[in-house]
Amino acid sequence: MAATRERLINAAILFALLAVPLWAWIADEPFVITLATRIAILALAGVGLNIALGLGGLVSFGHAAFFGIGGYAMGILASHAQDYTPLMEWPLAIEGTRSMPVIWLVAMAAAALAALVIGALSLRTSGVYFIMVTLAFAQMLYYFTIGWPAYGGEDGLSIYVRNVFPGMNTLDPVQFLAICYALLAVALFFTARLARSPFGLALAAARQNAERVETVGLRPFRLRLVAFVISGAITGLAGALYADLNRFVSPAMFNWHTSGEIMVFVILGGVARLFGPVAGAALFILLENYLGGLSDYWQAYLGFLLLGVVLFARGGLIGTLAGREVADG
Amino acid sequence: MGEIVLETREISKSFGALRASREISLTLREGEIHALIGPNGAGKSTLIKQVAGSLRPDSGSVHFLGEDVSALDTPARARRGLGRTFQISALAMDFTVLQNAVLGALGARGEAFRFFRPVMRDRALRQVAEEALERVGLQDHAASRTAELSHGQRRQLEVAVALTLNPRAFVMDEPMAGLGADGSRQLTGFLDGLRAEAPILLVEHDMDAVFALADRISVLVYGEVIATGTASEIRANSEVRRAYLGEEDDA
Repeated sequence: MAATRERLINAAILFALLAVPLWAWIADEPFVITLATRIAILALAGVGLNIALGLGGLVSFGHAAFFGIGGYAMGILASHAQDYTPLMEWPLAIEGTRSMPVIWLVAMAAAALAALVIGALSLRTSGVYFIMVTLAFAQMLYYFTIGWPAYGGEDGLSIYVRNVFPGMNTLDPVQFLAICYALLAVALFFTARLARSPFGLALAAARQNAERVETVGLRPFRLRLVAFVISGAITGLAGALYADLNRFVSPAMFNWHTSGEIMVFVILGGVARLFGPVAGAALFILLENYLGGLSDYWQAYLGFLLLGVVLFARGGLIGTLAGREVADG
Repeated sequence: MGEIVLETREISKSFGALRASREISLTLREGEIHALIGPNGAGKSTLIKQVAGSLRPDSGSVHFLGEDVSALDTPARARRGLGRTFQISALAMDFTVLQNAVLGALGARGEAFRFFRPVMRDRALRQVAEEALERVGLQDHAASRTAELSHGQRRQLEVAVALTLNPRAFVMDEPMAGLGADGSRQLTGFLDGLRAEAPILLVEHDMDAVFALADRISVLVYGEVIATGTASEIRANSEVRRAYLGEEDDA
């Protein structure tokens, strides 16, 4: 029963995600469309983290690293394209680009590579140490970008025109929203399949009992590393989209606040729930906007809410509404 | 006697001043159940860990199927066909019983890096898993959450997961613990038949089971094997009576 209810809730969330912007489009409320775009992009970052945190049980407090790398991949490529300066002349001549698909691929590849390195080092630790090591890597990148004058240093980097996608006008908020939705949908579909795949089963088992996994001949470290890389790549893609939404990248994307916020989306919505990050990001952005309008101290209320979720509703928003997760099969 | 499948050669292991294993040499031969008994703290679990690969001996070597596996970790030894069950159940508690068994079948197949097809729809894996569950009598609990199983049922599931690996040798750490008289008798009957498939190195506190099952018994006291022999030899051994069986009776 719980599984059916969770499906209904997921369907309701999907419906709201489509209906609200449709209404905004008809009623000519561009701000609501931007809000929905932010939700979709941040949800995507959360979907990425949820693979590490929810499926793998890896409490990464450094996903800002991948979000930021995605953002800077977009910023660096697009800034060279807008200045007509080559990115690199030797040993290969590489030009900047304004093509979204190319930027996405570069962002995901760069984030995946970073996740491979960070994961290979940090996954040798566990618990609190893992949290601290991932945090340290993200902060290293944060200070590195602050001190890197080539791409704006502390001030960040502005991109004047949104990047292009073949056949679409990306400057039209609704069309850009559609792109973000499509990518979120693909990521959700992929995650749903992943969770039920052989890899998903082995990863979930490694989360619950590493010894069990070793005893059947599988290596938890490898499973976790692959999960961390996939997780980082998806969050990196979200970073590239976020930079495109704002047409601006800055070291703030690497800040530990960002890691914390992505983690809040997941926890608020429901750890390891497919739609958890979507519900969490939506709630967070709505609170930020509407509570933020009432009080400058809205984050205090957010704090109480988070405390409530952690203390009384471990399954987050989705878990509270749908009940305990039931295993399939 | 059959060929040697699993062997330790003079393995020693110390934790600081505590010498948990002292030059232990054991063999496990095709077709036999070799029981390892000894009072608490004798070093049985330490020995099992060195056999299974989660602990490295300070000196000496472990051989499995003619190969020196001393340098191999637990997954590598499992893949070579070492099926292990734990003293304290090591299962994925949030999984269903069937999922735990499928995990074993998946590990045996060695193809965990498949990202797209639903694993629980994989006929071949399910069949291996379901057969293993049926053999230990858990087929009616396949859909139950593992955390909801009784203590004894978890032990049965441990054995079932080991079965899915289709191992060449079993290493079982107190499979009878917490089973109760009925369950213990049932499992005794099952292990009795299992030895024909693959030999079993059995650590067990249930003396009735040990004396009923074991082809050979080794007695471990203070990290040292003080005697190895058949059940009647061990019963008659005065050193064993003094060091172990006598103490237990007094307690």
